[in-house]
Amino acid sequence: MRTSYTERTARLLGPKGWTALGVFLAIMLIAMPVLHLMVPPGSPLHVSNYAITLMGKILCYALVAVAMDLIWGYAGILSLGHGLFFALGGYAFGMYLMRQIGLDGNYHSPLPDFMVFLDWKTLPWYWQGTDHFIWAAILTIAVPTVIAFIFGFFAFQSRIKGVYFSIITQALTYAAMLLFFRNETGFGGNNGFTDFKRILGYSVTAPETRVVLLGLTALALAGTLVLGRWLVTSRFGRVLAATRDAESRVMFIGYNPLWYKLFIWTLSAALCGVAGALYVPQVGIINPSEMSPASSIEIAIWVAVGGRGTLIGAVIGAVAVSLAKSWFTVSFPQYWLFFLGFLFILVTLFLPEGLVGLYHKLRGNKVDASEPAFTPDPETVSPAAAKASVAPSPRHLTGESA
Amino acid sequence: MITVASGTDYEARPQWADPTAGQARAVQPGQLDTAHGVILYLEDITVSFDGFKALNNLSLNIDVGELRCIIGPNGAGKTTMMDVITGKTRPDSGKAFFGQTLDLTRLKEPEIAHAGIGRKFQKPTVFENHTVFENLELAMKTDKRVFKSLFFKLDSEAHGRIEAVMKQIRLDAHANRLAGLLSHGQKQWLEIGMLLMQEPKLLLLDEPVAGMTDDETMRTAELFLSLAGQHSLVVVEHDMAFVEKLGGKVTVLHEGSVLAEGDLATVQADPRVIEVYLGR
Repeated sequence: MRTSYTERTARLLGPKGWTALGVFLAIMLIAMPVLHLMVPPGSPLHVSNYAITLMGKILCYALVAVAMDLIWGYAGILSLGHGLFFALGGYAFGMYLMRQIGLDGNYHSPLPDFMVFLDWKTLPWYWQGTDHFIWAAILTIAVPTVIAFIFGFFAFQSRIKGVYFSIITQALTYAAMLLFFRNETGFGGNNGFTDFKRILGYSVTAPETRVVLLGLTALALAGTLVLGRWLVTSRFGRVLAATRDAESRVMFIGYNPLWYKLFIWTLSAALCGVAGALYVPQVGIINPSEMSPASSIEIAIWVAVGGRGTLIGAVIGAVAVSLAKSWFTVSFPQYWLFFLGFLFILVTLFLPEGLVGLYHKLRGNKVDASEPAFTPDPETVSPAAAKASVAPSPRHLTGESA
Repeated sequence: MITVASGTDYEARPQWADPTAGQARAVQPGQLDTAHGVILYLEDITVSFDGFKALNNLSLNIDVGELRCIIGPNGAGKTTMMDVITGKTRPDSGKAFFGQTLDLTRLKEPEIAHAGIGRKFQKPTVFENHTVFENLELAMKTDKRVFKSLFFKLDSEAHGRIEAVMKQIRLDAHANRLAGLLSHGQKQWLEIGMLLMQEPKLLLLDEPVAGMTDDETMRTAELFLSLAGQHSLVVVEHDMAFVEKLGGKVTVLHEGSVLAEGDLATVQADPRVIEVYLGR
């Protein structure tokens, strides 16, 4: 392998990648609405309600997986608490959906049902303003961002790394889950939020709404992939990978790894929040189980299965594992977790680079051999430099000075 | 004790191809002031680990443009001294100043690097998943904050500087090779090249020729000699042939303090030095 770090990362979304992204968006934004809304249910081409929801859900997972890959694959920070940020985004937007129920709840009260049940008379302060879509949308991003920033700042400042960091994130999400299980916390306890009726006045269950939500999720995922590619191919991405490989060296050449890690960590959490907000109206429920340690570990497994540090691998992993899960939990519900654990062991042992790595292996690494020499900025490279970089000069080997 | 300037006027020297100097200075609150001709002052530095004194009232001055070799038996405190200078270890007592004004005991590691101290570790640490070119590009002296890195574009001037350093360290033929695939000696050179990209005023080199062939060692000595004058160098080394080739002043450390100082022949004739090296 003689291609540069940037070259190898840029290849992830080369001309073929852009085409694939275009095709993906065309399917999700044009083909799916047509097949769902216009093709009659009897036709074999009709895409069912179930399929639209399932796709939306999986795309949300894929978005979380890409966010996870940004920190795990590129910065080497394994978070086992990413489910927390996903759930926080979901809860923040869920508050809006609960307020949109209005007087149509079981108790016909302006308060959400669970508050009536708890005999609360007024909304807690943190529910204020959540009937405004804009405010809920802000919370969706702001809450995970602020929490991730504060947590990350202290963790990275104290130079907590590796498995210790992973364990702390796991503890964080577990603590949050216990907090959200309590009825007094004001988020519906173990039932969480459900029975949503409307979003911006439109019925949540209407086919048109579902199709729009699916399209938005697809756009968010595509946008995240493009953003992620831009980040990892920038100098920022190279510093991040360098921090992953030799942090002390990075410090001695004058970078402060704290801000680099904190930036990507916080961004990753914010993206998870967006995914959570898109997930809740499509799936129709959010409860503290999303914060369970197992959910967060599953996110890491998606990325490991697809292939770390590839972005597209995260998408592939999330889709493959989630589809397997939908099938497994119907056919053999009690064995799913065993299968998931087994899958993780298999991938770790035999496929350290995941499905993307397997694909490259099957193609015989031809890509690397035929790759042209890396030129960081084609306009500025002199022809002499390009020539010099093709092969090691024999002069050097004989010890003559250049 | 302050040594008098040896005639080199560092600040007046034209800085070769340095487009970012002004910009980086603006970031750095304290300015390097070498008006007295001394770039590094260490005074009565003491560092102890669990009661063991790794450095014991160590005092040392390095002049601007000087090439100084530090020798001493294992455990003499050579690496700890470098740790103190680069901010990795905080001394229990004593003063460490870079120029007249920059207090090294108060600055953080990246700040010290920005101020102009570059360090090469004993074990070469380069970014193995990056190419030679990228390694040098990452090390380049420029604004290293997150948002600058996000929107960074390599201009032709910077490109030229990387090319120049690659020639200097004889890796110009390996620009696109992953650093992990270089030979040991080449990794050492790459690391030195990364230091040069930062345009440091003071270079700390911890056993730079360890594991090199004789031929590579001699070429490294030539490289260092060409750098002295433009930069101040502190070289920790066991290889006496290498130290001899470098010439210059030699400081012998023993049990955390300076045992002898002078040219190599003088210190080698010093009975205390002979005892330390041979007596145990």
